[in-house]
Amino acid sequence: MVTVYIIIGIVALLLIFFIATYNGLIGLRNQLRNAWAQIDVQLKRRYDLIPNLIETVKGYMKHERETLEAVTKARNLAQSLSSTDVGARSKAEGELSSALARLLAVVENYPDLKANQNFLALQEELTSTENKISFSRQYYNDSVLKLNNKAQMFPSNVVASMTGFKLGEFFEVSVAEEREAPKVSFT
Amino acid sequence: MWEQIRANQVRSVVLTAGMGMLLLLLGYFLGLLFFESSIGGLIIALIIWGIMSLVAYFQGDSILLAVSRARKISRDDHPKLYNVVEEMKIASGLEKMPDIYIIDDPALNAFATGRNSNKTAVAITSGLLAKLNRDELQGVIGHEIAHVKNRDVLLMAMCAVMLGTIVILAWYSTRILFFGSLAGGRRSSGSGGGQGQIIILIAGIGLMILAPIAAQFIYFAISRKREYLADASSALYTRYPEGLASALEKLSASTVQLKSANQATAPMYTVNPFRKEGKPARNLTSTHPPISERIRILRAMSGASMADYNQAYQQAEGKTGVVPASALALDGLAGATALRAPSPETKPVEELPQKVERARETSDLMWRLGNYKTIACDCGTKLRVPPRFKESTVRCPHCGRTNSV
Repeated sequence: MVTVYIIIGIVALLLIFFIATYNGLIGLRNQLRNAWAQIDVQLKRRYDLIPNLIETVKGYMKHERETLEAVTKARNLAQSLSSTDVGARSKAEGELSSALARLLAVVENYPDLKANQNFLALQEELTSTENKISFSRQYYNDSVLKLNNKAQMFPSNVVASMTGFKLGEFFEVSVAEEREAPKVSFT
Repeated sequence: MWEQIRANQVRSVVLTAGMGMLLLLLGYFLGLLFFESSIGGLIIALIIWGIMSLVAYFQGDSILLAVSRARKISRDDHPKLYNVVEEMKIASGLEKMPDIYIIDDPALNAFATGRNSNKTAVAITSGLLAKLNRDELQGVIGHEIAHVKNRDVLLMAMCAVMLGTIVILAWYSTRILFFGSLAGGRRSSGSGGGQGQIIILIAGIGLMILAPIAAQFIYFAISRKREYLADASSALYTRYPEGLASALEKLSASTVQLKSANQATAPMYTVNPFRKEGKPARNLTSTHPPISERIRILRAMSGASMADYNQAYQQAEGKTGVVPASALALDGLAGATALRAPSPETKPVEELPQKVERARETSDLMWRLGNYKTIACDCGTKLRVPPRFKESTVRCPHCGRTNSV
């Protein structure tokens, strides 16, 4: 009789462990999806801001046509890739980031532009959006790390493999230039 | 990197439980002393504690914001501040955007409130807002959001209430005991307790004196732990510990006192709002760790993770044991102190409000929470105008002058 109780107890414990682990995994996966949606929101915001920026800057920057065109092109490319997988998309977004950084760097040569209220407001928005993109990417990657750790470490990996849990994919910076880009801060 | 947070939480829970035990013990002995029934004392202690907790839980944040005279702002009022808060909200993974308040005060400080992650607020003084650059602002806001995210606000509010209950119980019971025995009429004196009675009396008096002190120490210990943790979280969110470090340096150089802070709300702020006139904040150890210590730990971090912070913390703590503290302070801050001329905006700090004034302020606050307007007449009378009052002027019943509403 005692052994029956022990067996029932062990089975119950295993079941509780299984349920708790599975729910934990689901929670992390939802957090991951939410974090991904956050990146999406910020990237869309950037698509919306760029045409405004180009419009404002165009009048002042007669000699920077190439830089401006590079930004517009990178933006359109990134937008057209916005429904593809993580890898292709992060590459396009990385290129857009570095094109924008080049544009904001040449702004330093145009004092008139830096006195323009409209531009200053846009610059603040853009700086902040860039920050938000990197912060949401950071949070997304933290979430991926947490999910992958749980899905690969013993004992929760048993549950993960039984239920066929997919690992998260890191949002990596794949453009060499951005990796070594200096920190530009507008204060 | 999250293990640190969990370990810290366990320690906080243990300390909080210790404080609760202290409260119950005090109630138990006071019950024995005054009613000859331990249950009665326990019940009274629990009732006072319960009422204060409920008020703190449901009204705490609005009281705190009203006390500090904070003004709520929207995105258009200050786009940069709004954006920085939103950036930190994203970095911390907080679900909902906190409300943002500005306190019009030249002092440098900031605090956060919010009992759960759905209803939170961060407040910052206009002085601090004007002094910090973007990276530093990010560090400070990151620290405040970390307080919300780590549930510090709720924990500290509950601890403050417990501390308050212990202090109130001890204060009133010493009064009753003192004046009661002077008048020679303690109820139990005739009913022959003998030895046991004396032991209870001694234990009770001992507790009355020691409990508030012990509770205060526990409270400070919890508070300091949470400050270090919030610093670490802020570094983790911004991945740039230098931002918070240099913001703290600016804070420590300032000697302007925040007018609207009081003892109970102190732990909510980034740096301790109470310090003596002209005395830099870094020398004061109470609810907050010394700022110089916090800066040194942040600067010593090799990366931005919790582990890096912990390593830097241990190094800093270990060093304190070997080298005299004064030497360390000189060593770590030599460069900074030289740069730090007395800040030009140092104003003569007002004396801390006396007790009467404090009571008046509290009653003003209660009226304000009920949407009453307070008008000061020239003759010194204060008029309370109810929210339903429609006229544009009101006559002072004392001197007859007409005041506009």
